[in-house]
Amino acid sequence: MAQLFFGYFAGVIALTAVLVVALKNPIYSALSLLVMFFHVAGLYVTLHAEFLAAVQIIVYAGAILVLYLFVVMLLNVKRDDRYHGQWRIAGFVCIPLLLEFMILLAGGIAASPGPVPAESTGGVTGGNTLAIGETLFSTYLFPFEVASLILLVAMIGAIILAKRDVGGDAPQ
Amino acid sequence: MTFSAGDLFLILPELLVTAAACVVFALDPVLHSSKKDGLAWLSLGTLAVCMGLTASQMSHAASAFGGLVVIDAYGCFWKLLLYFVTGLTVLLSYSYLKEERLYFGEYYGFVLLALSGMMVMVSAVDLLTIYLGTELMSLSLYVMAGLKRSEPRSLEASAKYFVLGAFSSGILLYGISLLYGATGSTRLPAIAAAVSGRSLDDPLLLFATILLAVGFSFKLAVVPFHMWTPDVYQGAPTSVTAFMAVASKAASFGAFLRVFVEGLGGLKANWSAIFLLLCIATLVLGNVVALVQTNIKRMLAYSSIAHAGYALIGVVAAGRLGGSAVSSNGIASVLLYLALYAFMTFGAFAIVAMLRKGGIEGEEIEDFTGLAKRHPLAALLMMIFMVSLAGIPPTAGFIGKFYVFMSAVEAGMAWLAVVALIFAAVSAYYYLRLVMVMYMREPGEVTATSPRLVMSPSLSIVLACAVAGVVIFGFYPNPLVNLATQAVLTLK
Repeated sequence: MAQLFFGYFAGVIALTAVLVVALKNPIYSALSLLVMFFHVAGLYVTLHAEFLAAVQIIVYAGAILVLYLFVVMLLNVKRDDRYHGQWRIAGFVCIPLLLEFMILLAGGIAASPGPVPAESTGGVTGGNTLAIGETLFSTYLFPFEVASLILLVAMIGAIILAKRDVGGDAPQ
Repeated sequence: MTFSAGDLFLILPELLVTAAACVVFALDPVLHSSKKDGLAWLSLGTLAVCMGLTASQMSHAASAFGGLVVIDAYGCFWKLLLYFVTGLTVLLSYSYLKEERLYFGEYYGFVLLALSGMMVMVSAVDLLTIYLGTELMSLSLYVMAGLKRSEPRSLEASAKYFVLGAFSSGILLYGISLLYGATGSTRLPAIAAAVSGRSLDDPLLLFATILLAVGFSFKLAVVPFHMWTPDVYQGAPTSVTAFMAVASKAASFGAFLRVFVEGLGGLKANWSAIFLLLCIATLVLGNVVALVQTNIKRMLAYSSIAHAGYALIGVVAAGRLGGSAVSSNGIASVLLYLALYAFMTFGAFAIVAMLRKGGIEGEEIEDFTGLAKRHPLAALLMMIFMVSLAGIPPTAGFIGKFYVFMSAVEAGMAWLAVVALIFAAVSAYYYLRLVMVMYMREPGEVTATSPRLVMSPSLSIVLACAVAGVVIFGFYPNPLVNLATQAVLTLK
């Protein structure tokens, strides 16, 4: 069963990843990237990393991809030939990865410590989301609160820098 | 592991500063614009309370939140310096923002949040927490640099600072993750235990150390990672520039020293070689490029780069010698140097901020022509700051350089002290050129756009504090020296 799911997710990931670089229309490329992100999240679920799967969807599909789409639409890349034909870059990235894969197949796997059983990462009953939440709110409470202040600054800062009327002529 | 009320009490200064920032943000939209001065007073009041609290914690040695944060004399030393500089920033901004017609009440909120980020940086003993503190400080500064929105240069400064800052944070984070991989912890005491007896032959540890050094070098504006400094310092509103040049540099040094001494102390023979190179490059480039600047903000930016180089001498000296007594002397000289640097640099920026030419800032060195005739007192103060920056006795700048050079000599690196001394002599040329422009040249005809100094009570307080620091610590540095020495002893 797990093999079947893995086959499905891996196949779709490979297919959509190729489509991202092969499609001419950047919007379609971005959408196939979206499909790929969802399937990567699916892989995480099969590995019992539910939290990672949720974060994958929220951060990549929710935030980063929307950002891509905004840029694509604002820049009107469709008419700009520079951004088409990504094959060369894709090949450039692929070759080292392929080589790495070959090396792994040739002898690396034997040397690696072998697969860690997925259950050992869960540990706490209630899944890893609970475990992460508990750690975040107990051991790492302080940095967590500092992070919330960072978001506050980013939010207010973005509003102030983008506000239409410059606060210059306010007084009296 | 849960936290207790005692933990909250220990970080009360941080909480107060953050709460004050939130009150400023909340009050700003509802306050009538004529009453927004109150926000500055609120910030100052908070700083005064925090100063008292932190001074009372000075002799404490406690850790909070399961050992992520410590309250020790080292952190308190930096915090007191940061409160002081932030207070001066608020006072300077109070008149500067009016001159520039920037009526952002949020400004004070950002100053306070940047301060709380800096406080986290200097009191955290966990790499992740230090990183988050750095980000909190940097994000606030990115926004503050771009507040003069009518001016493209200010926006350029903000964008440039943001991009390079984000880049350097990425490098820092990469270093942290590699160090975590090599040692299995992000906490400095655990890292110190894991690296003891190991050397940089371990490639993972080598890369982690180099990436951390590069990440911090960006924040400290050390050559060759200084490229952002002149543009950002020139473009940002001058009150913000002063804050960045003094407070953010002090906080970055605070975090940097804690990470490298407390966490990577076992590798000090290795990292002192890295910093030796950075230090010499910084001294050479900072001082030589400052010679040819015609804009005073750019000149002071290069001067602040050069001063980071002088402070690094203390770090190199501390790393060179194994004995804890001498190495703590090196670190103490860095603390002392940055505290004294704060007074003179802030004073110089305060005068630059208030020199107006028509409606805008007179920031060319030419604008200081004949200042001695029209504003003798201001010219005298500026001369004191310049003389001190050049390191000529009997000013604070001399004391700072003296202790740093002494630590180099004690570490058996007299040649480094000689090199630094040569470049201090080079720096005297560009500092004293400004004095010459002020005193030796005749001012031109007085017109509506000729530069003049806008005085105000709050600016007078800023200048009085700065000059008092420069003169008093120039003659009688002992209290500050003792404080720095005592602070360093708590650094493990």
